[in-house]
Amino acid sequence: MLDKNGIAKRIAKEVKDGMFVNLGIGIPTLVANYIPEHLSVELQSENGILGMGPFPYEGEEDADLINAGKQTVTLLPGSSIFDSAMSFGMIRAQKVDLTILGAMEVSEQGDIANWKIPGKMVKGMGGAMDLVASAKNIIVAMQHVNKAGESKLLPKCDLPLTGIKCVKKIVTELAVIDITSRGFELRERAPGVSVEQIKNATAGKLIVEGEIPEMAI
Amino acid sequence: MINRVVKNAEEAIKGISDGMTLMVGGFGLCGIPENSITALIKSGVKNLTCISNNAGVDDFGLGLLLQTKQIKKMISSYVGENAEFERQMLSGELEVELVPQGTLATRCLAAGYGMPVIYTPAGVGTEVAIGKETRKFTYNGQEKEYLMEQAFDAQFAIVKAWKGDTAGNLIYRSTARNFNPMMAMAGKITIAEVEELVPAGELDPDQIHTPGIYVHRIFQGANYEKRIEQRTVRKRIS
Repeated sequence: MLDKNGIAKRIAKEVKDGMFVNLGIGIPTLVANYIPEHLSVELQSENGILGMGPFPYEGEEDADLINAGKQTVTLLPGSSIFDSAMSFGMIRAQKVDLTILGAMEVSEQGDIANWKIPGKMVKGMGGAMDLVASAKNIIVAMQHVNKAGESKLLPKCDLPLTGIKCVKKIVTELAVIDITSRGFELRERAPGVSVEQIKNATAGKLIVEGEIPEMAI
Repeated sequence: MINRVVKNAEEAIKGISDGMTLMVGGFGLCGIPENSITALIKSGVKNLTCISNNAGVDDFGLGLLLQTKQIKKMISSYVGENAEFERQMLSGELEVELVPQGTLATRCLAAGYGMPVIYTPAGVGTEVAIGKETRKFTYNGQEKEYLMEQAFDAQFAIVKAWKGDTAGNLIYRSTARNFNPMMAMAGKITIAEVEELVPAGELDPDQIHTPGIYVHRIFQGANYEKRIEQRTVRKRIS
């Protein structure tokens, strides 16, 4: 089974040379720590940065330089700053190659719910609806089951949707699963996890074909 | 050259009255018009509708106008960091319209570009789409459904820039740019507060982000706090 950093490490392997990548809040943010240094990758932050760098050194924080999570960040050589309309323009026009975000639920059709729980204070969707509606490639980083022990991989989402038919891949503490026209296709098992365990934790139909390899991370 | 300079925030917000719709620039607490918000509190204006990506925190930014109950409705994409906001929303005192962030930015842009509507895929198939006209278009070789969204209509826009000149030209600094340029273009009357106001001619025309035609009133603000919402740092390895 993987911890949060393990999930981030596995997702980092999906990041290829020359990609522009948008990372959501939570586990997706950790992915940046595992992108190999020899790759040229630029991180996009939807408030208006391309080429976002790590957190600043203590004492070098700049109140005018934050990421989409409102955290102080830095800029890397070659970075650029733009307004939020242009930022979502490049997202909508599919210039950003890969979007990695968290989710509360994902369905077999690739629908995603990650912004609202009825009966609880709704904080808003932020940029999530724009990102999932337009991104070419969306990977979801999440736990396989919720705190109540219920599967988050469902035949249909119960929670209010963020977007429809958009998620291409899910990486959890248990597995790597692709979403194709056939549904959830199991690709890899986390170290020490059996196919049976993954099946039991997946409420939607899990397609298992052939030998399922253990993740190499 | 037309001179856009007003004395201070109090003079800049003249004409903002009860029940009006305002755009307020900034993302989180970054690039917010601190001086104008303070002046709005002093003015006592009520029942405002504010279009702003966020609603500040309890004791800073638009949160201050929520504390004094001067806001009737917020149109935002994310309002998570504010306990008073939550209380007013749950009690029904405050009306909230949540709009996807890119849609919010582009509805401002549309207003400033003179386009009444936009079509966006954001929110298709979700509750955001309820009651909205949808159409199918082919873009990038792919047919998809799009939602029709209206350009915003705001009587005033209040933005914050780094530098400005007496002609109203603006330059923003770093990610404090965020929603400010689109909102500056979208207001019927646009108020800009800047950290440094210089005589026309001192800013390089090639570096201007917002041309002065969009800015009706400009003043140099004072005592910027520029509060950091999430101070994240890394340790130096010595």
